[in-house]
Amino acid sequence: MTNSVDPAILTADAVTVERLDGAPIIADVSLTLRQGEVMGIVGESGSGKSTLALALMGHARRGVRIGGGAVNIDGTEMLSLTPKQLRSARRNLVAYVAQDPGAALNPTLRLDTLLTEGLEGSSAEKTARAKRILKKVGLPDDDAFLRRRPRQLSGGQQQRIAIAMAVIAEPKVIILDEPTTGLDVSTRAKVLDLIKQLCIADNLTAIYVSHDLAVIASVADHVTVMYGGQVVEQGEMQEVLATPRHPYTRALLDAVPSVNDRQALLPIRGRVPNVGEWPEGCIFSDRCDYAIAACSVRPPLRQAGTALVRCVRPELAHTLGAVSRHIDHRRAAEAVEPALTATHINAAYGDKQVLFDVNLTVEPGRCLAVVGESGSGKSTLSRCLIGLHENLTGELTLAGSPLPLSVAGRDQIARERLQYIFQNPNASLNPRRTIGQSLIAALDGSAAKREGRAIDVINEALDRVSIPADLTDRYPAELSGGQRQRVAIARALVSNPAVLLCDEVTSSLDVSVQASVIELLRSLLEDGLGMMFVTHDLAVVRNIADTVIVLNEGRIVEQGEMQAVLNAPQHPYTQSLLANTLQLPTGDDETETAALAVH
Amino acid sequence: MTTTTDASLELPRPRKARATGLWRLWSSAQVRLGVTMLVGITILVIIAPFLAPHDMAAPVGRPYAPPSPEAWLGTDNLGRDVLSRVMSGGIYLAWMAPASALIAVSLGAAIALIAAYYGGWTDLILMRCMDVLLAFPGILLTLLCVSIFGPAPPLLVTLVVLTLMPGVARVIRGAALPLLRQEYVLWAKTVGTPGRVIITRELLPNVSSPLLVELGLRLSWSVAILSSMSFIGYGIQPPAADWGLMVAENGNGLGIQPYAVLAPILMIVLYTIGGALIAEGSARIIARTEGEA
Repeated sequence: MTNSVDPAILTADAVTVERLDGAPIIADVSLTLRQGEVMGIVGESGSGKSTLALALMGHARRGVRIGGGAVNIDGTEMLSLTPKQLRSARRNLVAYVAQDPGAALNPTLRLDTLLTEGLEGSSAEKTARAKRILKKVGLPDDDAFLRRRPRQLSGGQQQRIAIAMAVIAEPKVIILDEPTTGLDVSTRAKVLDLIKQLCIADNLTAIYVSHDLAVIASVADHVTVMYGGQVVEQGEMQEVLATPRHPYTRALLDAVPSVNDRQALLPIRGRVPNVGEWPEGCIFSDRCDYAIAACSVRPPLRQAGTALVRCVRPELAHTLGAVSRHIDHRRAAEAVEPALTATHINAAYGDKQVLFDVNLTVEPGRCLAVVGESGSGKSTLSRCLIGLHENLTGELTLAGSPLPLSVAGRDQIARERLQYIFQNPNASLNPRRTIGQSLIAALDGSAAKREGRAIDVINEALDRVSIPADLTDRYPAELSGGQRQRVAIARALVSNPAVLLCDEVTSSLDVSVQASVIELLRSLLEDGLGMMFVTHDLAVVRNIADTVIVLNEGRIVEQGEMQAVLNAPQHPYTQSLLANTLQLPTGDDETETAALAVH
Repeated sequence: MTTTTDASLELPRPRKARATGLWRLWSSAQVRLGVTMLVGITILVIIAPFLAPHDMAAPVGRPYAPPSPEAWLGTDNLGRDVLSRVMSGGIYLAWMAPASALIAVSLGAAIALIAAYYGGWTDLILMRCMDVLLAFPGILLTLLCVSIFGPAPPLLVTLVVLTLMPGVARVIRGAALPLLRQEYVLWAKTVGTPGRVIITRELLPNVSSPLLVELGLRLSWSVAILSSMSFIGYGIQPPAADWGLMVAENGNGLGIQPYAVLAPILMIVLYTIGGALIAEGSARIIARTEGEA
């Protein structure tokens, strides 16, 4: 795989990035990469992984400075260059690919301008080079395509262009910051294939930053696990992700849902410490289940096996292993009255029809997952059910009685019984109102408020989602993402709903927070609530759904009991979704050889 | 339920000062300076009658006399004390400018939020009306109305409001439109919240930042417009003391007694800068705190 006599092409030594007031954001990060290796940097939000990625290029965001350390790329000391030299180094030595190609590509420039910017040579040479690189990243290389602008491309094509822009100047190192995060699974698989292929064919050295452990497992040779701005574990990918030695890595892996097995997901308690509020000793000690007295002194990175681990007892998590967390599926419900049905739903935006004859049933105590990629119409479907979509025909019933299609036509009881939970907890709570005010607003016009029981109902709902009642006078900005999403769920619960419509409610959450929200939703199902769960993530489906609908281009292409659909998908679209879902490595030999075969 | 209890141990962040309140604006030195300037000038013009060395309406010497121990800033075209007149000369501005700005911003915001929330025809009609006002030359409107009705202060305030309101409505509508796609507004719709409640409860608090910037900005504009009206003789009438009017009255003597012109101009400039500082400082604080969120 790698040749140990190769000199390192990138070395970072004790890199520290701090706020202008001196509070460290990342501290003492070192890494070494040889030609052709891919280093995955993995961590949750607030771990400092993007800050590190930028620091490796000698860049710090506003209000932040690189406080110390050294970065050497192919013999050039990145942190001691003048601004002019730095610009040239960023052209020839290191290139960066950002998460959102839609925002990273100037929409007013043509592709040939974007690709050849900063290249030297005659315009014919530059065009020839642009065409070669387009071919390499799997895009058409004709003149007509070169004259297009970014918005005429799909998201996947845009990301290919961004990658092409990064590699066209043949840099020594390419830094990819969550390049596949906004993409659909099938597009993501193709972009990942491209990155792997570039690494093998061109012997490209890459840093791949992601919050997604499965993505890292599929591209990286080495992994650096970041937590709270520090490296907690670093080593070969298989070694770190299959048999971790740091309790945080172990906990992170235990929070990831698997597409093959329904498991109890273990959330990590507490939250990532804020910059400037790091605990005294081990950075993870206040959330670690195995913390001991010795953890009050910050441990150094130490060698354990072939990996580096920042833990006083590196053998501990290693021996924990993955316990079997398998849980059984709920039995099929026996002929109960459906909580919500939709029949012959057709919906359109203007003249464009986006849903074609969709039928579905949500039963009490069971979860219906609606699976699809972007553009499948899954969000439109949930908007139709809640009554926010206007251009719609079909019939809805709620607990046996007809439900008007528009929310304006529904009575108070129908509105209370059907509740919607949004994807983004940062946007679903009014930032200028306290948690308590938001929850009270949810009780407007309800019987509970008239009878003066509002406070009791709110406290009960907060207790149900494990939010302390004394957080009611806080503003959303003072809460963590997971707390906000649980408050949003509490806001739905105060109305005593029969059905929850959950629209991608976990997809903007960190994996450890996602675990706690999924467990909460599962417990609500136990209470007898009916649930429709819209998602693109089949692993989440495996872990929460009882029945599944697969939507493709506005039509149901497959539906049935979850196990039947995921274990033996019939429709080619479902099969391709499943095939493109990435898996974490396990300790099994079989997966190990499969992973090694990649390189 | 057993598994989720773990998450309840999630530590609340240590209590911070409310980042959402308007008090955070006070942390800006620019805002503090601006507010101090405006409050200082306002107090000065209110207590001027008790503080002024001379009667501002009575001659104290020959016209356009240079500064002397008697009259520190000299005298004006009728031989009145410039210092006394400058001190009193802001009394109309002191209430007319803030009143115009407040009314213009309130009305503009109300129109903007209604137009943005209801959209469609409501939006079209309201905003086209604003466009007509915006396109109509303010100075022409002033000349017309003052010629017909005479220069009563309430009319002047109304004219300033009509001049400023369309701009406010444009800005606030622009700030409100993206909020309509925010999930908390959608959520409010899913539970059947009436439009006026969504406007006051969900939209208004979230445009308070641009509203405040507008207020500071429009305050400066009001001062400029009101002073200009006085200067061209369509505002406050003699023998009342008013900065804009003083500039007009003493313009002829600029060569011999510049203080009679420069002193009122300085006051207008200070007042305008005060408003601009508040607007600028608020905008910076808002950009910073909302950048973090």
